[in-house]
Amino acid sequence: MANLNLVQAINLALIQEMEKNDGIVLLGEDIGVNGGVFRVTEGLQKRFGNARVFDTPLAESGIIGLSIGMAMGGLHPVPEIQFDGFLGPAYDQLVSHAARMRSRTRGAYTVPMTVRVPVGGGIHAPELHSESPEAIYAHTPGLKVVMPSSPYDAKGLLVACLREPDPVIFFEPKRIYRAIREEVPEDEYTLPLGKARVVCEGTELTIVSWGASVVQCMQAIEKSERSIELIDLRTIYPFDVDAVAESVSKTGRCVIVHEAPLTCGFGAEISARIMERCFLQLEAPVQRVAGFDTTMPYYKMELEYLPDAPRVSRAIEDCLAY
Amino acid sequence: MPITTAFETKIEHISILDDKGNFDEKLGKGLIPDADLVKLYEAMVACRHLDEVAFRLQRSGRMGTYPQNMGQEATSLGAAYVLRKDDWLVTCYRENCGLFWRGVPKEAILLHWMGDERGNAMPRPHFATPIAVPLGTQMLHAAGLTLAAKYRGLDRIACTFFGDGASSEGDFHEACNFASTLEIPVVFVLQNNFWAISTPSTRNSAAPTFAQRGLSYGMPCLQVDGNDLFATVYATKLASEYTRKTNKPYFIEMVTYRLGDHTTADDAKRYREQAEVDMWKGRDPIMRIKNFMIARKLWDETKEAALLERVAVENSEAVARAENIATPHHDEFFDAMYEVLPADLVIQRDTMHTHSLGQDPSQLPAEARERAAQMSAAAANHH
Repeated sequence: MANLNLVQAINLALIQEMEKNDGIVLLGEDIGVNGGVFRVTEGLQKRFGNARVFDTPLAESGIIGLSIGMAMGGLHPVPEIQFDGFLGPAYDQLVSHAARMRSRTRGAYTVPMTVRVPVGGGIHAPELHSESPEAIYAHTPGLKVVMPSSPYDAKGLLVACLREPDPVIFFEPKRIYRAIREEVPEDEYTLPLGKARVVCEGTELTIVSWGASVVQCMQAIEKSERSIELIDLRTIYPFDVDAVAESVSKTGRCVIVHEAPLTCGFGAEISARIMERCFLQLEAPVQRVAGFDTTMPYYKMELEYLPDAPRVSRAIEDCLAY
Repeated sequence: MPITTAFETKIEHISILDDKGNFDEKLGKGLIPDADLVKLYEAMVACRHLDEVAFRLQRSGRMGTYPQNMGQEATSLGAAYVLRKDDWLVTCYRENCGLFWRGVPKEAILLHWMGDERGNAMPRPHFATPIAVPLGTQMLHAAGLTLAAKYRGLDRIACTFFGDGASSEGDFHEACNFASTLEIPVVFVLQNNFWAISTPSTRNSAAPTFAQRGLSYGMPCLQVDGNDLFATVYATKLASEYTRKTNKPYFIEMVTYRLGDHTTADDAKRYREQAEVDMWKGRDPIMRIKNFMIARKLWDETKEAALLERVAVENSEAVARAENIATPHHDEFFDAMYEVLPADLVIQRDTMHTHSLGQDPSQLPAEARERAAQMSAAAANHH
């Protein structure tokens, strides 16, 4: 057991799985000697050699396209896309090939790969370094989308991804890369994809969130005297609708919190599912605390955009008062 | 300071058997043994015939949109003939001849265009990837497939095909750049057929050749007459030997011509002159080999008649296999979405004849709940 932050937990997961499976190969921009701009792959090239951890030319579509071929050829590539905003150039390869390969070949070819992407705002980064595009990929059949909110979860979820036979986008909330430390077992463990975690139990209201926003939700809950249940989705797709429905059926009230823009954010899907599953149990309309349908502002104003504990607290109050 | 030359090169053009029947003995002698030449010719005739069959199937409503290969048979065939059986063939959609030579069943290609994904289930032992539809994306896969082979210590290269139009795509550049900087043994074959639907090749490159595109990646580049089977064989031999030996990529432009429309949904008369098409008909790759073989007493009209008869039977058998494949069960398209279908998708599948509330009928009124349950039970019955 070691006290690790999220970066260290991911690094540890990579090391342990690479030692077990020589088909895992890491590639991306600046991930070798430099260890990645966030140092997530620190020391891995030295440890595993240039054939297993290598830098590519600066081209995201190329990174994903190459990875698709590597996966079809029997490896489990782990491409790193340096920042969320740079997923754009890789979109075609992800959506037109990675996501469809198993289906369009009826299983003859598959693309087992784990795309690692630092995600979200809150670190005073330049333009296009603070985006939250998870809903776009959750909307793409054939992909899985994962976003941990703690070092422990990051390790367990990443190990699960590295054993997945299908392509996964593993979003790493950069705002909490180093903000939280917790005990992370050295021993092997996995957390199943598609299973949410009840962070804390409660009876009066359910909060559903994921990624860095979970931390904001915790702060709001700690300030509240009401009995609030917090669900961390962990996996955006497959979506653990049962966990959400079970909780909301019990509490009758739900607040969804995410950084991504409101319209068509994954909160919209959750809200629709709650209506279908818990309509008769609902005591109040489902509420959302989300980013806005604006371009993600530059860092001077980013805290105005990102959902924070006070906004979550107000949503809790209003939803309970309904 | 005097101005110096930083880089200088030339692009060579290879032609061995031209459209007048002239044969370059120096380059061509012994390149293709007679027995093989006969087989290759037969393969081109069979491919051309299947093109005609497919065209008629489309016109009679038995097949969806189909892109004819007509005129380009010698490009992919020359490559497939030279490559080893376990070298990757990573193609677009006008390389039927090479794929059939590799052993890909004809019905696989037919099924694809008949709107059935099972046509893409390319048998693994053929080392041929499924038809790639978004233009210019598959060359990166060729690089990845070969990198994986190299990583595993296998002596395997890839040959990837794309058109003059696809070479305008960004992924083309990325694939060339990745293969050359990361030292991945890929033979890039650009089929310049002069037309990307209605866009002339001059709108896709303003350079004198497409071959020189490869120069900026440090690749050896070659332009060949793509309607000359001898030249495509020669070029692929050169390229694959270089690639295999050095682990570095090689770039070939095969100059050919799309004799047919882009697809059966296209009408090329809207944008190109018949005179141009007629001129290229005179440079037909199949006719060239036929005349060559007749001159060398390898072929005659009796053999031709027997071949056509045999090809007609084989192709109609392939069509029958494609058409007679059992219709998939109604929810088959769910099956291969993931190795293990997520629970939510299982519910969507089993309730596909109802609506999202029907997926969890607990909140429906009693009567509707019962109906939803019955429909779901019926839908899920075969699983």
